[in-house]
Amino acid sequence: MNKKTYSIPIGPVHPSLEEPMTFNFEIYGERIEKVYLAPGDNHRGIEFMGRQRNPIQIIYLAERICGICSASHPFAFCQAVENAAGIEVPERGQYIRVIIAELERIHSHILWAGIAGHELGFDSVLYISWRAREEVLDLLEYLTGNRINYGVFMIGGVRRDISEEQIPRIRKTLEYYKDVYGKIEDIFLKDPTIALRTKNVGVLTKEDALRLCAVGPTTRASGIKKDVRQDQPYSAYADLEVKAITPDVFSGEINGDVYDRIIVRLLELVQSIQIIEQCLENMPSGEIVAEKKLVKLLNQLKKAKGEGIGRHEAPRGEVFHYVKLAEAEVPEIWKARAPTYNNLMPWAPMLLGEQIADIPIVVASTDPCIACMDRVTILNKANGRKDVLTKKDLHELSVQKTRRITP
Amino acid sequence: MRLNKYFERSLWVFHLNTGSCNGCDIEIVAGLTPRYDLERFGIKLVGSPKHADVLLVTGPVTGRMLDRVKRVYEQTPDPKAVIAVGACGTSGGVFYNSYNLSGSIDKVIPVDVYVPGCPPRPEAIINGVLQAWIKLEKLRESMEAAPAR
Ligand code: SF4
Repeated sequence: MNKKTYSIPIGPVHPSLEEPMTFNFEIYGERIEKVYLAPGDNHRGIEFMGRQRNPIQIIYLAERICGICSASHPFAFCQAVENAAGIEVPERGQYIRVIIAELERIHSHILWAGIAGHELGFDSVLYISWRAREEVLDLLEYLTGNRINYGVFMIGGVRRDISEEQIPRIRKTLEYYKDVYGKIEDIFLKDPTIALRTKNVGVLTKEDALRLCAVGPTTRASGIKKDVRQDQPYSAYADLEVKAITPDVFSGEINGDVYDRIIVRLLELVQSIQIIEQCLENMPSGEIVAEKKLVKLLNQLKKAKGEGIGRHEAPRGEVFHYVKLAEAEVPEIWKARAPTYNNLMPWAPMLLGEQIADIPIVVASTDPCIACMDRVTILNKANGRKDVLTKKDLHELSVQKTRRITP
Repeated sequence: MRLNKYFERSLWVFHLNTGSCNGCDIEIVAGLTPRYDLERFGIKLVGSPKHADVLLVTGPVTGRMLDRVKRVYEQTPDPKAVIAVGACGTSGGVFYNSYNLSGSIDKVIPVDVYVPGCPPRPEAIINGVLQAWIKLEKLRESMEAAPAR
């Protein structure tokens, strides 16, 4: 038997990817033998741009690192600057930050659930969950004025208060999600077809997760209790009950497969609802921002000198920002590290040995915001033939596999 | 009965991300899901530019995507329309003065419709697509009217 492999390049035109990515797979038959990753297509030079702007302008830039994590990056960035300049955030501001961040987690996890359903060929799941997601976007719009890119974070606090009259509306939405959760759980955790497609697929062992520094739900699904909110409580999380969620709470076992990553995300939905409820109950009164006058704040930052870090548990894992202020208008250094960066390398062990049809769901299971893979070229080295698989074909393959293995 | 002469055919759309923050991209997908439901107009997202009538382009065009944007544009059959979605695609938006960005999409390929906003609401994107549709039908009419070369 001669063992000829052929290579499949995927990307970089991926419509819904945070960072358009180029992949290259070495395939033998249907099995993936080697995985090559080449990120960098979405490099916008944001840190470079940040070094030419003052910290308040950077908040808006940080927000637009990723449109889905548009609370996480400013959260971490503001903490970094506060840390460097020694600014204390008023308690009420901290609580509002946490509420916005958790609402974002709800929207992000539901978005992910829809995409996972789509990748498996359950488009009705995509529509059900994205319909449900609109409610939290409505709430975010109600609280902050925007559906996406909320523009609510400010160095030293937040820009908008949550008033007494707004609280019933928040509670109403939370109740809605408690209802919907049952439905989503039913679809994902009780459906035999989803279990067939996701159990023992894309396994990331605990050792690999530790070795490759995976973060967020990806690492928790492999049994590592890592969660910044629990390990190094910051902001209002210090007052709240947050425990890292691993899949054994639900199923009693840890496999580190796609199924486990689904469990973790669904349980985190419930957790976020609980966190917001706790916040609403214990919400302290007082100021929401340390310094209201922006000119004064800018002057203070201009005189500040020092380094600061900010960490936040974003929906996809830990996001980390580092800022160095050097008595200047603009920061000397700004460094941002997003969770997907850590979760790139684990793709290799997850994908090795899997089939082509599993690529979409395995890659989507780390939630890198891949909704689509565009053009895939199969280059058969043996006869030089070139077949082009579009995202649709790839999706077809995935759907066919679902049909094939469904009893 | 003819409701509108522009509603005769369905429109297929290809979505191209040239380095956006993803905000506009999820709003485009939101436009396809039940609340906004682009598909009721017969507008469908397709997986290859070769099938598309309209390109929905987001993002400020990063260095590595530059060539690919041109190629995707060339692969789209005529008559075609290009919609630039979002502030960063129409003007650079927050991403001005970077060493790796073209700044706006119209510096790379011709753009027919601009949808401003960061990100624009799904309603605005739908409106943008409808604008492109009208433009496209006019283009088609003029192509049909022109004597064959
Ligand atoms: S216009 Fe704004 S929201 Fe849209 S991709 Fe650009 S930065 Fe993101």
